[in-house]
Amino acid sequence: MTDPRSLSPLDLDTPDKTFLDANELVINMGPQHPATHGVLRVILRLDGEKVLGLECVIGYLHRGVEKIAENRTYTMFNPYVDRMDYVAAVSNGLGYCEAVERLLSVEAPPRAQYIRVILTELNRIASHQLWLGTHALDIGAITPLFYTFRDREEILKIFEKYCGARLTTHAFRIGGLQYEAYDGFERDVKNFVSFVKPKIDEYEELLTTNRIWLERTKGVGVISGKDCIALGVTGPVLRASGVKWDIRKAQPYANYKNFDFEIPTGENGDTYDRYIVRMIEMRQSLRIIEQAVEGIPEGPIMAKVPKVMKPPVGEVYHSIEAPKGELGYFIVSDGSTQPYRVRVRPPSFVNLQALDLMCRDQLVADVIAVIGTLDIVLGEVDR
Amino acid sequence: MPDEIKSPPPPPPPENEKPTADKPATPGGVKSTPSGSVQSQTTTTPTETSTPPKPAAPATPAKPAAPAAAGHPAPPKPAGPVPTPWDSPLVAKYKREYGSGINPLTHLGQNYFEVDRSLIPEILQLLRDDEKFDYCVDLTAVHYPKRERQFDVVWVLYSFSRNERIRVKTQIADGESLPSSVPLWATCNWLEREVYDMFGIKFDGHPDLKRILLPDGWKGFPLRKDYGILQQDNEWVQINLGIESGQ
Repeated sequence: MTDPRSLSPLDLDTPDKTFLDANELVINMGPQHPATHGVLRVILRLDGEKVLGLECVIGYLHRGVEKIAENRTYTMFNPYVDRMDYVAAVSNGLGYCEAVERLLSVEAPPRAQYIRVILTELNRIASHQLWLGTHALDIGAITPLFYTFRDREEILKIFEKYCGARLTTHAFRIGGLQYEAYDGFERDVKNFVSFVKPKIDEYEELLTTNRIWLERTKGVGVISGKDCIALGVTGPVLRASGVKWDIRKAQPYANYKNFDFEIPTGENGDTYDRYIVRMIEMRQSLRIIEQAVEGIPEGPIMAKVPKVMKPPVGEVYHSIEAPKGELGYFIVSDGSTQPYRVRVRPPSFVNLQALDLMCRDQLVADVIAVIGTLDIVLGEVDR
Repeated sequence: MPDEIKSPPPPPPPENEKPTADKPATPGGVKSTPSGSVQSQTTTTPTETSTPPKPAAPATPAKPAAPAAAGHPAPPKPAGPVPTPWDSPLVAKYKREYGSGINPLTHLGQNYFEVDRSLIPEILQLLRDDEKFDYCVDLTAVHYPKRERQFDVVWVLYSFSRNERIRVKTQIADGESLPSSVPLWATCNWLEREVYDMFGIKFDGHPDLKRILLPDGWKGFPLRKDYGILQQDNEWVQINLGIESGQ
């Protein structure tokens, strides 16, 4: 395995003379490509079917979220974070609200914490379902897409009933929740859990022992735990490479320490292991939801937060385990109503950097599999 | 009574100054004014409510407090936590070795080092090799245009074996560069490119330092405080569409 630190940048002008020039080819993939999950452009240098190296060109969706934050109040910026990783908007909101709460030295009340955990874990399942459907579609298995989208709909319905939005939910407020759980929320969540459990078995029936799936994923895009750490790769990708690390356990936030769940890990760090890890994660999320929905305490849903928020001068870095990895917010306050600086540490952006290493010496068809298995959302990569 | 009348006026002017200083950076003049008015309205009420306790306390200290508040609007306000010295075996070791070059602090339960620019390569190397901070979580910068050394550069580091997260902070001037951390943490490749893209801070020895999120021909560095969104937009519209911008 190449040391990721010694990877030289892709030299597009002078082809490497050790290879036959006739075979060597520089081709462009994207930015408008159905399998790049958005507007990702990849410049591939190939020797026949073999990938010699690649370079990602990103920024097509750059909206300047961090600059926007400096021109908004803390409350006004809250909905913007949903638009980064738009398939896991609830997680984005949780990270941002908790970071600002930390600056303000307030804590959301227990009831809000429980509802937050339920919604965040539902969102993790929705994000993994969307990943599974599109990833399988990229590799050529069409059926899982229909199955996962059908079941993901049930989660979106719960979101819609709770806050009126399906994707960009803006579900949380700084200090707790704006909305009390609607009548029948607990029943809906319980029904969903019992509904989706057999469905996850169904996905696994389609894929786990499917010979085509195994051929396309086993040994593809292998990355070692050491390289993951060097490249800052987090989330299911890191865990599939054998590193048992999840911020929910390592540095618990919200009230995750109240719940009993396991961190799945893989051994080989290949695309198949990452698939298995995410499948187990969905089941573990269901386990957390089951415990949380039983234990929702009564009480207020908002902590005492001033209407005009002026966090004291200071800075804070707070990170959570988003479905894609470590999502961090570094917020600097100058004591005014607007944040002086908000830095978002996006998991997709950092994870995408590993694409080059994971694709070297693989076949060109596997690039698609590796992009899928990294589970990136370009809205978050470009921000 | 004269004390009471005197003390409320000083806070609003600095409050009004702030939005105007930020104005060039706000996207639309229309949008910034309502928020500005909301600010001034709401800030007057807290100051009115907060001033009565001041005169209620000994009358003589209230008088010197008022001019101080006029000079620096920020100091009297934060009742929140203040950074305190951070103490641990790790810190003691480094403090012994580098003395005043590093300033270990803890704030809101989070630990960080303020490190002199010249010590940065050494400290980062030691933290990674000896203290096992093997995961560079994030690298970013903050711009303070009024300061002599305009930029704070911040590394967020995490150690898997210690389960500990720290930050390393240094100040550099505009045009000054930093040594690249790519040899230490491969992840710094894109992170340093982003800092360069947004702030124009150069990293010596970076394998491929170029813009990452913005197009290559972009002018200026957007996350600097003096970068106005409006000029950029107007200019683009004029050049590419050949019309005056509607903003």
